[in-house]
Amino acid sequence: MTARGIPVGAWIGLAGVGLALVCAAFAPWLAPYGESEIVGDIWQPVGGDFVLGTDNIGRDLLSRMIYGARTTIFVAMAATLLSFSLGTLLSFTAAVLRGWPDQALSRLNDLMMSIPTLIFALVVLAVLPQEMWILILVMAVLDSTRVFRLGRAVAVDIAVMDFVEAARLRGEGTVWIIFREILPNALTPLLAEFGLRFAFSILFLSTLSFLGLGIQPPAADWGGMVRDNKDGIIFGIPAALIPGAAIAVLTVSINLVVDWLSNRTASLKGGRS
Amino acid sequence: MAEPRKGRASGIGGIVTARISGGPVRSLRARYPLLVLLGQRIALSAGLLLAVSLMIFLGVEALPGDFAQTYLGQSATPQAVANIRAELGLDQPAVSRYLDWLGGVLRGDFGQSWASRLSVSDQIAGRLGNTLFLAFCAAIVAVPLAVGLGMLSVLYRDRFADRFINVLSLGAISLPEFFVGYLLILVFGIQLGWVSFPSTVYAGMPFGARLQAVALPVATLVLVVLAHMMRMTRAAILNVMSQAYIETAELKGLSAMRIIAHHAAPNALAPIINVVALNLAYLVVGVVVVEVVFVYPGMGQYMVDAVSVRDMPVVQACGLIFASVYIVLNMVADILGILANPRLRHPR
Amino acid sequence: MAELLEIRNLRIEATIWPPGEAARDVPIVDDISFTLARGKVIGLIGESGAGKSTIGLAALGYGRGGVRITGGEVRLDGQDILSLGRGGLRSVRGARVAYVAQSAAAAFNPAHRIGDQVIEAAIRHGILDRAAARRRAAHLFEVLGLPDPERFGARYPHQVSGGQLQRAMTAMALLPGPELVVFDEPTTALDVTTQIDVLAAIKAAIAETGTAAIYVTHDLAVVAQVADDIMVLRQGRMVEHGPAEKIITDPEAAYTRRLVTVRTAEGAEAEDQSDRLLDIDGVTARYGELTVLSDVTMHLPRGQTLAVVGESGSGKSTLARVVTGLLPPAGGRVFYRGRPLPPALRHRTRDDLRAIQMISQMADTAMNPRHTVAQIIGRPLRFYFGLRSRRRRDRVAELLHQIELDPSLAHRYPAELSGGQKQRVAIARALAAEPEIILCDEPTSALDPLVADGILKLLLRLQAETGTSYLFITHDIAIVRAIADSVAVLHRGRVVRFGPKREVLAPPFDDYTDLLLESVPELRTGWLESVLRTRRMGSAGH
Repeated sequence: MTARGIPVGAWIGLAGVGLALVCAAFAPWLAPYGESEIVGDIWQPVGGDFVLGTDNIGRDLLSRMIYGARTTIFVAMAATLLSFSLGTLLSFTAAVLRGWPDQALSRLNDLMMSIPTLIFALVVLAVLPQEMWILILVMAVLDSTRVFRLGRAVAVDIAVMDFVEAARLRGEGTVWIIFREILPNALTPLLAEFGLRFAFSILFLSTLSFLGLGIQPPAADWGGMVRDNKDGIIFGIPAALIPGAAIAVLTVSINLVVDWLSNRTASLKGGRS
Repeated sequence: MAEPRKGRASGIGGIVTARISGGPVRSLRARYPLLVLLGQRIALSAGLLLAVSLMIFLGVEALPGDFAQTYLGQSATPQAVANIRAELGLDQPAVSRYLDWLGGVLRGDFGQSWASRLSVSDQIAGRLGNTLFLAFCAAIVAVPLAVGLGMLSVLYRDRFADRFINVLSLGAISLPEFFVGYLLILVFGIQLGWVSFPSTVYAGMPFGARLQAVALPVATLVLVVLAHMMRMTRAAILNVMSQAYIETAELKGLSAMRIIAHHAAPNALAPIINVVALNLAYLVVGVVVVEVVFVYPGMGQYMVDAVSVRDMPVVQACGLIFASVYIVLNMVADILGILANPRLRHPR
Repeated sequence: MAELLEIRNLRIEATIWPPGEAARDVPIVDDISFTLARGKVIGLIGESGAGKSTIGLAALGYGRGGVRITGGEVRLDGQDILSLGRGGLRSVRGARVAYVAQSAAAAFNPAHRIGDQVIEAAIRHGILDRAAARRRAAHLFEVLGLPDPERFGARYPHQVSGGQLQRAMTAMALLPGPELVVFDEPTTALDVTTQIDVLAAIKAAIAETGTAAIYVTHDLAVVAQVADDIMVLRQGRMVEHGPAEKIITDPEAAYTRRLVTVRTAEGAEAEDQSDRLLDIDGVTARYGELTVLSDVTMHLPRGQTLAVVGESGSGKSTLARVVTGLLPPAGGRVFYRGRPLPPALRHRTRDDLRAIQMISQMADTAMNPRHTVAQIIGRPLRFYFGLRSRRRRDRVAELLHQIELDPSLAHRYPAELSGGQKQRVAIARALAAEPEIILCDEPTSALDPLVADGILKLLLRLQAETGTSYLFITHDIAIVRAIADSVAVLHRGRVVRFGPKREVLAPPFDDYTDLLLESVPELRTGWLESVLRTRRMGSAGH
């Protein structure tokens, strides 16, 4: 696979994701001002003294966008990693053990999935204290239900294959079967899903923050910045749209990369698309 | 949000393939497999609803800290806290409070708001109507459009129209509702001035004015739900078109129209109905954010406000209603799928 | 006499996308020419990848799955149908040329009644009106031996059996009175006792309607019963073409000679069968409420081969699951060296597990696609004998040598091997455990005849060298004749016959074994008629 073989869409996606990651990693060095430093008048226009203007209380929007990238990506990534570890481990265990552990986990999962994610999150966040680690945990647990469903479907498909049966007949233990027989074969679909779940986590976190239930001020995150600046819309001030667009661009970028990766692996398997 | 939604693993397939067995039930199942399946599916939903009500109740029960304390603030006297606990019924044992609450819910009584001391049911009644109106309008526009575009996409498979629709829908899936909403407000509400913002509706509002008020929220919902529904419709039809019996029809020398209308459509119907119902369920949830963006007086906004002031009876009521709508729509999707299956309609 | 069908220099291509390379077109069928007179039947025969179905479909101007007809002519009654365009092709398909698919179960639309689908083409092409079409359908159903021909059409596809659907599909093809019918492996998916009936029905229907036919199959004995001419194909090219009788009695090409002679071997059997290694004693097995095996008793003598033969649904694969411990039996026991084996896999000792190894039908799925050949064969060495690094590598090379594979294959992944090579690796993996018994569950049924023959010879050689016993599960009587010492015939979960091969395969027979044995197609023309004649005499005698 050479660089020339990568389609334009994937290049755009890679560039978008790369830019966001650089902002997240080097926020303090890249941002011209501090995260919650008031530097000027409120809602100054784009392209004046401040590249992206200022927000509802006169903070530099560009600086907050850069710091926001850090918070948004960190929380979403943490939640996705946690959700994946939890979902994959439980789903593989269920698929390999079958019997009552599978029944119990699957029914619990069905129950959790019968409540829409956002509604579930609202009920839970109404009760729990507003802390970042709690937010990450809630997002991870809710998201892990989706990972569990996919992981179980994939693992059950693999677990009934003859080579897993051969391993059982040899007398191999559950750990070997999960990590050496099933996991290597489940990685491709799971990696594609990881990208999709990460994009979804960013959207979900932004939605929660937008509703005032996610990241708490004064920390900057993109969803919260939309909320901060939404009142400007009535006066025709587009400050709220800038973080909104950032969220859209990042999730589109991730989807483009995932799309490319899954097409690529599909053609590697010899699929005649 | 745009959650990637796929066919549910535990959907129709799981139920249909359930092993037919067992003494007296066996004859019943053998003779009326359809009725038995429908009964099972409805019973499953009822069970889920009960479990969800328990989960929502227990969620509140598992609160860290004392709610009466939080409610009154740190400076409250112990006597005041005790009074408020008694007033809210928090001094009763949990089981009896759950049964009381559930009994009330079944009679349509969701109790009293902690914040306003008003009846939750009265507050919800009008708002639920507003929300359903919004979702209904969005569905009326989105469903035919999505199914039509999906079919168009299949008809022009791998040609320009299909690729164009594909790229656009990939983009649309990634857009947050609030971004679409504010963009529409800025363009159509503020700069062009075509519609008013916020989207206020009130009782007794003329129908035309009401439609105008919901135009932007509906447009937002349609944009958000359209891409998913279209992509899933396309996938469902393509799946049917790749079946061997379509090749048989082609080798019989039938016209493309005949093949699609007579051979593909009856089999694509069930998956498409499923796609539509799933997306309607999603619509009901997507409404929450859209209502907040447009300051639309519906259930979603009510719930978000209640969550931020921790008004638990309202949160419980809204959570239960949203979850019920979701569960019922999923059930309808499965039931229609079962009804559309010829193997079950015409048992051996 | 004017030819009905004339195919000249046919070339068909498909586009492939090799990973990491540019897409390119490869020929699937190249330079094929033949003619077919009215009312005659030509058989296209070859192994998988020979292009025989692709040629059959080309007679309808159709390319399946994106393959394209890129050269040559397909003339029907003198007219090149490839130049007809979409509308013209539509008027040919289903009216003048019809198609019968391998899997009728998938080819029928589940949403419509069989009868409506059978008459659809004739009505749509304006050949018959509805009433006439229904009468003809009932007549064809009767010719094809379907039950209750007047009402058969009112049923839905899922309400009838696979053999019945295959006949209904034949009726569907014949109903508009086509000049040519393409039969694409119409009996391959059927059991052998069903196959003979469907084959006879198809032959009767062809004779009745006087249609010409292209009969595509991989089974030379089947095609010998229906075809006037046979064309042998290999990798998209013609090997040999001539009258059926000549091809099977006096083939010219070396490849055809190998096809004709393969699997006619008759192995000797061991005399002494008293040393019992494995005893299956009164085993009953259930899946939920469904009883799959009832009171199955048989034994496997040491160093010998017990063939368990039966059709689909006979419970033969379930028997393998019981012996391996994957499915603990509901009743009865399995004894190994006179000692009862624990019924469930997890209660067996590592040495019990080592002693009984398994080779399954699908070598593709039997090996982890993410492990190399060395890892696949090496794991039992490490697991059972604790062999590591150098010693394990040496032993893997030794085993590869034993199964006649090049040691350089050790670092390949299964996807890089051919079907036959994969099955050999599976055998090496079983051998690595140094087992007493190898359970072979249809190890050759997914392979082409010549490859399958190589695997069987390998298994026989290994048995002679190592003294391993085989419990060999198969549906194929020819394999039983070639390799078995003793035979058990399973029918609907019961042992209908068990004993040394020469007793089981010799009269007097029970009804089922008789049916099973006489249903196996023999490689001679006229076999089908002679069997049917015997049967009619038999039923007349009753």
